[in-house]
Amino acid sequence: MSKTSELPPAQSPLEVKATPVSLIQGSPRVVNVGLSGFAEALAAQGVAVIQVDWSPPARGDADLATLLSKLSD
Amino acid sequence: MSDVRQVLREANAEAVRRMLAAEPVLIDVVAAADAIPELGEGMILHAGPPISWERMCGPMRGAVAGIAVFEGWANDLDAAAALAARGAFQFRPNHDFAAVGPMTGMTTASQPVMVVENQASGNRAFCTINEGLGKVMRFGGNDASVLTRLAWLRDVLGPALGMALRSSEGIELKSLVARGLTMGDEMHQRNVACSSLLLRSLVAALASTCGNRTILTTILSFIASNDQFFLNIAMAMGKAITDPVRDIKGASVVTAMSRNGTDFGIRVSGLGDEWFTAPVEMPDGLYFPGFSAVDANPDMGDSTIVETIGLGGFAMAAAPAVAGFVGAGAPSDAAHITHTMREITLAENPEWTIPALDYQGVPTAIDIRRVVETGIAPMINTGIAHREPGVGQVGAGVVRAPLACFESALWALGKRLGVT
Repeated sequence: MSKTSELPPAQSPLEVKATPVSLIQGSPRVVNVGLSGFAEALAAQGVAVIQVDWSPPARGDADLATLLSKLSD
Repeated sequence: MSDVRQVLREANAEAVRRMLAAEPVLIDVVAAADAIPELGEGMILHAGPPISWERMCGPMRGAVAGIAVFEGWANDLDAAAALAARGAFQFRPNHDFAAVGPMTGMTTASQPVMVVENQASGNRAFCTINEGLGKVMRFGGNDASVLTRLAWLRDVLGPALGMALRSSEGIELKSLVARGLTMGDEMHQRNVACSSLLLRSLVAALASTCGNRTILTTILSFIASNDQFFLNIAMAMGKAITDPVRDIKGASVVTAMSRNGTDFGIRVSGLGDEWFTAPVEMPDGLYFPGFSAVDANPDMGDSTIVETIGLGGFAMAAAPAVAGFVGAGAPSDAAHITHTMREITLAENPEWTIPALDYQGVPTAIDIRRVVETGIAPMINTGIAHREPGVGQVGAGVVRAPLACFESALWALGKRLGVT
């Protein structure tokens, strides 16, 4: 593990500001979590996108989710 | 609460241990009445959870009528249907008698059943002999050609197979399936490799015990021409593997998934033999020429016992050709399906591995908690029967187990463990 003294110096406020500009100027790299329709729409426009399947636990059923919390590690 | 979680952890570990420790061996073929003494006149075992004649789908009714004629309980199909409607037959699930049956799953007294013994725990499981493709009873076929074939299975093939198996030490199935997985089988919709390997294992014993060359030739031709011959053996193997897992207190592992064409049912280790059911789904698949989705019957059969032990849809990555055959997508999608099934299972089977996945084991031991939490329903590969009695198979496809079964089972498990 690195010591604190070995960490690089923090970026200046100006350098931080420059980051979003480069994001907009370059091609977006997208990770879509959940509804795949968003990823499909982007892919149809030629945008590179990684889809992560996710849905609310127990399909959003709060009672089942509570039960799961009692039965799961 | 932590005690409950500990109970679940230990129970599921034991369930996984028993599944992976199983040593299934095909040892015999006998009359069903000899294997299952409760099977008497007028008693019909069927696929899926319990169902009455009134709620049976078309092909199930067709098979019931056909098997009643086959057993001599009725003179013709109409008379058999009338008897069934009057309550003359007793309908029970195969699963209640250590048995399983594909599609309609008819098991009656005089039919021959293959016997698989789990030599790790000593229990036995049974399944009828695969009839071949096309118009067959498991898909609701019931005309004279179907009944004639059943009679040949009963009078010729069954006894010959039994004699051959008894003359040997049986056929060890775990290693045979392991080889089949490396040769492109998933043991539900593709059994080409395992059927061939089985025949290779049997042929010498058949040749030495069958004294009639004409009969031997017919037997060998029948097995060699049926790519799905091994399916029924894989099913009996699945039942032999899962039965010792029944009734482990607190375990959330699925021990049976099964459908009768009307209801889909599951059983869970910690809940014994109670069925948790929901309306069965329609398969999504590809159809033989001349048929389409409007002809299809809803999902049916005990064959989902192979998914219950990590084969079939769970082992899709081993059989990319099947993905195309059942309309599940490109070969690359097959790997994704197997990866997804890992999300809802507790273990990998180190003895059943998939080369295309760098020899990862098939996903094993479905956990109802994971199914409910993720919303990922087990993927099943299946044949598709015509919705009308008497027609037979019209296609093959994939279908999902309905999530409602798993949700109701989870509530029951919570109640059993005292947390609701």
